[in-house]
Order: sequence, then C-alpha cells, then structure tokens
Amino acid sequence: MFCMPFVQTTKLTHIYFKGTPLETVALKDIDLEIPEGEFFALVGASGSGKSTLVQHFNGLLQPTSGRVSVFGDDISTRINRNSLWSKVGLVFQFPERQIFSSSVYEDIAFGPRNLGLDENEVKHRVETALKDVGLPAGILQIDPATLSGGISRRVAIAGILAMQTPALVLDEPGAGLDPQAKKQILLALKRLQLEKGTTIVLITHFLEDVVDFAGLVAVLKKGELIASGRPKQVLAQPELLLGAGLEPPFPVAFTRKLSSKGVRLNSSPVTIDDLARAIQRTYQNTGPGDR
Amino acid sequence: MLNSVTMGQYLPVNSPVHKMDPRAKLMVTVLTAVTVLVATNWMGILTVSLWIGLVLAATRIRLVLYWQIYKPLWLLLITSFVFQVVFTPGEPLLLLGLLSLSKTGLVAGGRMLWQMICLLLVAAVLTFSTTPIQLSTALERLLLPLGKLKIPVREFAMAINLALRFVPTLFDESRFLIAAQRSRGADFTRGGVRQRAKGLIPFLIPLLTNIFRRADELAVAMEIRCYRAGAERSTINELKFKLPDYLAVLANLIILIIAL
Repeated sequence: MFCMPFVQTTKLTHIYFKGTPLETVALKDIDLEIPEGEFFALVGASGSGKSTLVQHFNGLLQPTSGRVSVFGDDISTRINRNSLWSKVGLVFQFPERQIFSSSVYEDIAFGPRNLGLDENEVKHRVETALKDVGLPAGILQIDPATLSGGISRRVAIAGILAMQTPALVLDEPGAGLDPQAKKQILLALKRLQLEKGTTIVLITHFLEDVVDFAGLVAVLKKGELIASGRPKQVLAQPELLLGAGLEPPFPVAFTRKLSSKGVRLNSSPVTIDDLARAIQRTYQNTGPGDR
Repeated sequence: MLNSVTMGQYLPVNSPVHKMDPRAKLMVTVLTAVTVLVATNWMGILTVSLWIGLVLAATRIRLVLYWQIYKPLWLLLITSFVFQVVFTPGEPLLLLGLLSLSKTGLVAGGRMLWQMICLLLVAAVLTFSTTPIQLSTALERLLLPLGKLKIPVREFAMAINLALRFVPTLFDESRFLIAAQRSRGADFTRGGVRQRAKGLIPFLIPLLTNIFRRADELAVAMEIRCYRAGAERSTINELKFKLPDYLAVLANLIILIIAL
C-alpha cells in the first residue's frame, strides 16, 4: 500500500548567519523520512540541531540547501509554507511563554479560531484538549498569569492540541515538569496517535520515554544524523548514545556494566522486562561450572 | 531578516581593531564622527574617507557585512539626499517643473549623504569589533572623572550595560513569539491598520510580560551576588593603553586638524 510520509528530507542543510564570522552549520545533509501516523522520537544533546530540524517541518525555517517536503508538498514554495501551520502543530520549548490571553479559554481557543471554526466547535475542541492534558474544566475562566509553571505549560500545550492538526511536533514538552504531569502528556499524545492516527514527533533527552512511547527514533549529533530506526535497535548501542552525549536507558547501561564484569547476556534488552528475561535466560543457560 | 547581521551585532574576528583598547576605540569613533561632521575642505574629506577605509580594512570583516546594515536604511538616505538637493536655494542648473537643481544643492546633498554613510560605517566598526561589556566598561572609565562632580558614573554604566544585555534577549524572545504565534495561525501582515494592530496583541503582551519577568529575575540574581548601587567595585580585566591605541588616537587628531 502506498503511504505518503509526513516528512521527507533530502540532503537538508541549514546554516545560520551564512557568510559571516558567526556562521554556524546547524544541520548537515540530513536524509530523513517520518511515516504518517508514526510516533517518532528525535534525540540528541543540546545544540545538536533538533529544534532547528523540526522548525522545517511546519515551514518556519527553510533549508539553506537540500529539500524538505511535508505531506508531499515542497516547503520551498511560499504558499505551501504558509498553510503548514494548520496541518502541523508545533509546541516550542517552554511554550508557557506564548500565553497572552486573560483567560485560559481564550488562549486555547486562539488556534482553533484562526482555523475559522464556529464557536460551538471551538468550545468543544478547547474542552477536549483540556481533558487531554489532564486539567479540570474549572480552570477555563482563570487568568493564566496566576497559574503555576507546570499548569501553564499544560495550558500552552492544550492550545496546540486544540487545533487537532494531523501532525504534532513537540520540543521537550516535559522539560521541568513533575514526572506525573510529563507522563500524562506523553500518554495523551500516544492516545492521539493510536485513536486518531495523528503523527507525533517528540524531541526529548530522556531515552526511557523513547522506549515507552516511540515506534521510531533518530539520533542527531552536532547537526548530523548518526542513527535512525526502531528504538530496540538504536538504543541498544550504548557507545553510539554516549558518543552523541546521551545517557543510555537503564537496561542498556546495566547490560554494558555486566559485560564489563564478564557476564554476557545473549540479547540486548532495552526495557526493564526484557532485561529481567535476558538475565533469567542467561542464568539458566549457564552451566553450574561456568558460574 | 532574522538570519542576517544587524547594526549593533558583535562579530568575533581576530583583527588589530578587535584587539585595541575599547577606550581608544571609543575615542577614535567620537573623533572620526566629529571630523566627518566638521570637514568642509576637499583635503579633509579625502583624508577622513581614506582613514575610514583603512580602519574598515583593518577590521578584517567582509565589506558585504557593512553593506547589510544599509539595506534597511537606503530609502531614508536617498530621501534625505533628494530633500537636501531640492530645498537648498542656489543658482539652478536644471529645472524640473517647480523643482530646481542647483550646484550648491547637489554639493550640500552629496556632503550630507557622505556624512551619513561615514557615521554609519564608524558606528558599525565600533559595534562589530567591541562587545557590549567592553563598550560600557570603556564608557565608565572615560567618564570616571565626572564622579568628582557627584555624577553616579558607575551606576550609569551599569544601566547601559544592562540595557545592552537585554537587546539580544529581546531579539530572541521576539523571534520565539513570532514563530510560536504563527504556528497557531497568527498573521501579522493581514488586514487594515486596525486589524494589524489587533493582530499584534498575541505578540506584544507576552513579549512585555516575559521581558519584565526576566528583568525581575536579573535583579534578584544581582542582589544575591551582593550588587549594591553606590558600592565600590573592582574589575577582573584592567584596561591597558598600548602603542597602537596611542597611534590611532594621535592619527585621528592629526586628521581632525587637517579637516578643520
């Protein structure tokens, strides 16, 4: 079956301040394909180019060279770029900074209203989005300025979810949130992917999140794509992750430690459950004399 | 626009100008600006132009980058040139309907255009080659004698320092907000004046609140590091006038005398 990818990039290169002493190569020859309906994780250390890359996905940035197409449309055309906001929702880092209205309702309704929806539909979407991020309806009439950082973060994310775009890109939505609030947001995203087929692109530092939620993962290092594929394969390579400035997930780090002590597991587990199984299997397969 | 060099940007380059004492640079900038404004004879105009050319070359920054700062201003430059030419009374060389072009008008307009270009270049050299911190330190040191007249020079310099520090912050914050609100479908270019002004609300309100919050945080950060207005402070990097600094100031004084 033919399925159009959400994003396809060919030799995408992005250079900031080209031709000046401040010139920085942010992205270099990125070839990437993100299938539609996928939960895609993008990982890498700070400054590896993750944020720059995703800003190409909704037309905010244009490549210095190379091609980017989103839902089959080349973003080098202005018309294609200008309509992308209605198809790709983008949640920036610390999105609570973008809240401007005097009530939570008005702020979440900003995006849906710009889509030209009638007020009934807007109201419905605001309420759905609020539920998705786990906030009570009682909050709608409150002035956002009085809310705590974590709650305003969720309000800002709800403002993007309420547009119900076929694709969502989130730049570290959990940074600085308590673990429960973070989990709630990630679960809501997973639900959107499974129930509505929304494509999710998640930027994160936490590889545990990738293991739990993503179907595909790509690793960026200093503007270059050094690995991509299924999390079970990519994340099972501790040297690759450490080289990219990332902390391997606990089971991977543990397997590595075991092998440095002379205990070799016969698989490369990425989840805790797989690790337990691998240890058990290795233990059973080892003869009493080898112990 | 967000990806090009603007006025006031520091460019890290290894050049003799970058290595100069910021006080010398500030003095040379002021002297050159004065020379440009007072120069009336051809000899003076020629030497200042040569001097500016020499300084530009010494910064080792590509000329294209200097050209970039004129891009937003060329309309202003051309308009003032035309006004000066048209409204300077003199013997007409050419009549275009009600407008008359005179030799004195052309000379006055040309001189003003030259002055503006030179002043922009001189200011660009200073900001391209000097960090804001260096600049405010230099200003503080040069104005320190005024402290004897009970003028709070150090506090004044700190205020300038903080203001300069907020320029990039303001820039980053604006860039973020434009991108974030455009991603929610805000269009800053649609409709008439009224609609556009209304369209700016999602941009301006968070910009102001975010900047005020940052300022508040900065004030706290300064206080917990014991900053007090009026207290005596020392610096890690003492400034030192070296031979090139003396030479540059001296050369500039000579040029000023030639131009007078």
